[in-house]
This record gives sequence, C-alpha cells and structure tokens, in this order.
Amino acid sequence: MTQAVLSISGLHAAVEGKEILKGVDLEVKQGEIHALMGPNGSGKSTLAYTLMGHPKYVVTGGSATFGGTDLLPLTADARARLGLFLCFQYPTAIPGVSTVNFLRAALRAQGKEMPAREFLNRLSTEMKELKIDESFRSRYINDGFSGGEKKRMEILQLAMLRPKLAILDETDSGLDVDALRTVADGVMRLCGPDMGVLVITHYPRILEHLHPDRVHVLHDGRVVTSGGADLARQIEREGYEPILGTAAAATA
Amino acid sequence: MAIQAKELTKDYKYGFSDIDVSVFRTAKGLSPEVVASISQHKNEPEWMLKFRLKALDHFRKRPMPNWGADLSGLDFENIYYYVKPVEEMSRSWDDVPDSIKQTFDRLGIPQAERKFLAGVSAQYDSEVVYHSIREDLEKQGVLFSDCDTGLREHEELFRKYFGTVIPPNDNKFAALNSAVWSGGSFVYVPKGVKVDIPLQAYFRINSDNMGQFERTLIIADEGSSVHYIEGCTAPNYSSDSLHSAVVELVAHKGAKIRYTTIQNWSDNVYNLVTKRAIANENATVEWIDGNLGSKVTMKYPSVYLMGEGAHAEVMSAAFAGNGQHQDAGSKAIHVAPNTTSNIVSRSISKGTGRTSYRGHIKVLPKAHNVKVSVRCDALLLDEESRSDTYPYMDIDNPDVTIGHEASVSKVGEDQIFYLTSRGIPEQDATALIVNGFFEPFVKELPMEYAVELNRLLALSMEGAIG
Repeated sequence: MTQAVLSISGLHAAVEGKEILKGVDLEVKQGEIHALMGPNGSGKSTLAYTLMGHPKYVVTGGSATFGGTDLLPLTADARARLGLFLCFQYPTAIPGVSTVNFLRAALRAQGKEMPAREFLNRLSTEMKELKIDESFRSRYINDGFSGGEKKRMEILQLAMLRPKLAILDETDSGLDVDALRTVADGVMRLCGPDMGVLVITHYPRILEHLHPDRVHVLHDGRVVTSGGADLARQIEREGYEPILGTAAAATA
Repeated sequence: MAIQAKELTKDYKYGFSDIDVSVFRTAKGLSPEVVASISQHKNEPEWMLKFRLKALDHFRKRPMPNWGADLSGLDFENIYYYVKPVEEMSRSWDDVPDSIKQTFDRLGIPQAERKFLAGVSAQYDSEVVYHSIREDLEKQGVLFSDCDTGLREHEELFRKYFGTVIPPNDNKFAALNSAVWSGGSFVYVPKGVKVDIPLQAYFRINSDNMGQFERTLIIADEGSSVHYIEGCTAPNYSSDSLHSAVVELVAHKGAKIRYTTIQNWSDNVYNLVTKRAIANENATVEWIDGNLGSKVTMKYPSVYLMGEGAHAEVMSAAFAGNGQHQDAGSKAIHVAPNTTSNIVSRSISKGTGRTSYRGHIKVLPKAHNVKVSVRCDALLLDEESRSDTYPYMDIDNPDVTIGHEASVSKVGEDQIFYLTSRGIPEQDATALIVNGFFEPFVKELPMEYAVELNRLLALSMEGAIG
C-alpha cells in the first residue's frame, strides 16, 4: 500500500479576512499525478499558496500533512525542505540574483549541495532538456523573462531540486503549443515513484501530456467531485456545467 | 530597537581598539597654535603653514551647513586634530610596531598586498605608518606615497596641484581639512603609464575623540591610467570621531582614474568628505563609492568635465542601518562640449536608517552635445526606514540629452515568499535580495572586495525582517 505524501482534510483558509477554502479534502499518494481543476475563482491557486505557506493565506481550520508531518505550523522554507515544491503561476523577479547563485543557494538550503562541477554539468543537461539557452545561467532570476521563459525556469528549478511533490499552479497558462509540450515533457521526465505532481489547471489540454491518475474538481472552496482521467475529458467536452450545475457555473 | 542596535554594533567586526600608542598628539580642540604645531611637527615650508592658517580662518568664518544631515552632535573643541602613532613611516611590515601591525593583520592588509595590489598605504590615526609600491612601477616613475612625503620630496609637482581642485574655502569641512590635514595619499602616474592592478590605501582611526583629516591628491598624466582603492574602519567608542578628508583628482588628456571607496567606519564616526575630480580632454574619471558604515556621511564625489570628450562615471551604494544617515550622491559639472556623465546610485535603509541621494548636474552655456544619465534606486527594508532624493539640475545649454530615473521600493513579500518556497530561510532570502540590489555596484569591485562586501552586508542584515 503506497503511503499518502500529501493529506489534506477539511482545510479552511482565508485571504485578507475572506474565506476562500471551505473544507478541502484531498490525498495524493507517493508518486501519483493528480489534477485539480475548476473554474476561475474556485480556490485552486489559494490552495497552492496555502499549502506552500504564503503568509497572506491564513488557515482557519482543518489539517494538512506532508509525509506524516504537520505542514501548517511550518514556514515556507521548512515546507520546501520537506520536499514540497510550488511551480508559480507568476514567478517573481529577483534583480541582481543570477539563476546559478539562486539555485546553489536553494540546493544548499535543502542540504542537496553538490560539487561545483557536478552542479554545472547537471544544470547544463537540464537546461538543454528544457531548451533554455545557456545565457540564462547568469541572468537575474525571472528579470525580464517572457512568460514562457519564466515557466521553463520554474521547471528547471523543479528538475534541480527534485522535490517529493510538485504543485504546478497553472503552469500551462500563457504557453504556446510547443512550449507547453516542452514543459509537460519536462514534468513527465521528472515524475515517477520519487516525485508526485499536483497539477492545477483550467484546461484539460496539459493533461493530455501528463496522464493524471486522479482528477478533482474544486468549486467554491471544496472538492466537489473526483474521478479518473475520464473526468478531465468530460470537462473538455461538456465544460463544468454538468458537474457543478448551471447556477453554480454561472456564478463561478 | 535598542537591542537591535546593540546587535549591529556587536557584529561590526572591526570594532576592536588598540591601546593608545601615540608618540605625539596636539592639545584637544582647534586653534592657530594647534595648526602651527602640526605644521611645525612636519617641518613644512612656510607657504604650507600660511595655507593652513588661512584655511582655519575660512573654517571659522563659514557657518555649519544646514542643508544635509544633522551635524549638531559634532563638538569641534572635543577632538584631537593630530595624533601621531609612530616616529617613522615604514616600508617593511617588520618595522611597524606590533600593536599597529596586529590591527592591520586583522584587517587582512599585508595578505591582500601580496596577492593583488600594486602598492599599499596604511594610515593609522594621523600618519601613514606603512607604505610600499611595486618596484617596476617605481622605476616607471609612478609616485605613490603619503601626502606629507609628496610635499617634502616633490614640492614643485605637489604645489602645482595641491588645493587647485578643491580650494580651502570651498566648504566648511574642506577648510577644516586644509587647516589640519595629515597623511593621505599622493599619486602621480607619468604620461602613458598604465598601472594595471590597484593601489590601495587603508585608513584606520584608533584613538578616541580623534579627527582624521587625510588629504589625497592623484594626478594621472596624459594617456595614463590608475585604479586607487581606499578602505576605512574604526573602533566603536562611545564618543564620536570625525573623519574629514579632501580628495583631489586630476585626469589629464586621455587619462583614466578609477577611485574606489569602501567606507566601513564604525557607527560613531562623522564622515564628512569632499571628493572632486577634474577630467580634461577625453579623460575618464570613475568614482566607485560604497558607504556602509559611519554615523553620518555627507559625501558627493564630483567630476568637473573641463575638456571635450571627457567622461564621468559615478557608481555609488549606501547602506544605512539603525541610527545611520548616509547623505550621499554625486555632481557632474559639464564645462566642455561633447562630455558625458553616467550616475548610478543604489541605497538601502534598514530600521531607523536613512539614506539621501543628493545630486547636482550642471551644464554650462558652452557645453553643447552633453549626455547625462542619472539613475537612483532606493530599497527600504522596514516600515520606519527612510529614503529621500534631492536631484538638482542646472542646464544652461539646450543641446543636451538628460535621462533621470529614480525609484523607491520595499523588499516585496512575494520576493521573500518566492525564495523561501525554494527552501531558503527568510533571513538568507532577504540577504540575497539585498545583495542582488547592490549587484551593479558589487560587480565593479575587484573580486576580493566583492566577496568582503557581500559578507559585510550579510552581517548587517542579521536580524532584519523583510
């Protein structure tokens, strides 16, 4: 029996006093790929930020554990060191901090430091896989990057840091077909028994590449239904309405 | 807050002091007798004594500047104006008295000299105690000594330039320096000689209630180039010290001078310095000016672009922690046509620290086709930290291109979250952001200084909340 790496139960969270998550239940087992879908405003990104520990997102009830450890009292950096990773929808620029320095600092912080030569070789390999130009090594992290470049850089970090679970927050948004394939291939290459994925998306398109084990639909701060890959195809064909009901979809 | 300030002081690793080793000091306070006694002690020619006494007059007549930082804590009568630490300057470390040598050992000076410097000067209180220059440079006619030696051994050359860039009545503190100056550096680079690795001067205040008034004069003759670096530290005393230097640079036709400062005085030092350069035809002057320490700094490195095609580059970085005020900036005076200046300033304020950018761009009527670019960015680390910008522009020629950009930002919660989400603890994340903000400055420094600066910043950042 595979163990649950992420286990969320009755999770409530608020942003600036407004409750967004209203009792989320979700379990991701070691090495599984889960998709979290749902219309705009259903709370998908809020769940991602809450799990990663953004100080603006305040948990008001429920629990979340990661590999058996209670996530909720931990700061974001401690959560990352447990093996949780968030692929940002809108990665932040850090002027003056090069990609290389940033990655080395992150690896060091996570106790995954390696000799300089090995680090540079691995970085080189991963950058080639993701079709990222060598010049990005010394570029300041996300500073002046295009949307697509930022997303690739997120996957590069994922590849270098090798977490146990990666949450992809709408990583597919704003990507053209080719970039989407590169990014999805990158994720598929990395996931396996050691790394699970929780992919948050509006669109089933990315799921054609990622083949999720489970698909969940989030609506109004709760998981309202779960199923297999078929559920994503159904949503692609019919939209959210049949699942959520006409009224709910209209207000979403 | 008091606790934080204490912690910062504790982290100032240069805060140690030695016992008083001085062999001579003038009486406390300022008078014509004190000035005459300094001159007499140095066996100076009559003209220098006159110069000093006249400057004292200027100093007394001028009011305290009231437009910059708060100087009300300065008590001119409670300062020793001249403290002589040794009888003779040494050219070998072996001859430097042990207690002084230990100080410089702890600051890493002789090691640095062996590794990457063309010459070293170490000033301790009022006098340079150690001096050296690479033999090959000496053979090419490069002069590098303390200013007193410059006056003694090269009086004609010295007198031709001394006080010509910054006259004694320029401002109150230039007048004070002109009256009581001692030590500093005198550099002359002959025509066409390129000094390929830096000359470094190190300034250390050791005595309590001490005023350090070094005087630096650098002349780069036609087509020559030189990079001069200075570093400064002092012990933490409960009472304040004063550092008031005058630095004059002359870059002749086609010459290039780069002057790099890493100012890391302890937080009881008033640092009131006048720095000015003259750039002649096609000459380049670069001020790389970093201010981390001191209680109050007022310093605006300037370039007078006197010859066609001259270029000025000023890159400054300031960090103001609790109780510190860094009032810094730059001036570019475009006298000749086709001259260019590029000014970049980065400042960070933490806690009750305050940074001010004060700049002056002047374009004279005859200076057509001038290009000016000014960019100043400030980063605030706390709610209470403060930053101000005072950019003055005085443009008397319509044929100019001027770019001016300024920004004030805070360390963003999202930036911190992004870095911490990768496992980096918050304090390290803040340090990364701060180092990144200073990166344009740091990359102008020789590697050894860049490493040291980043380390100092990390120390200053301890306990900071993003």
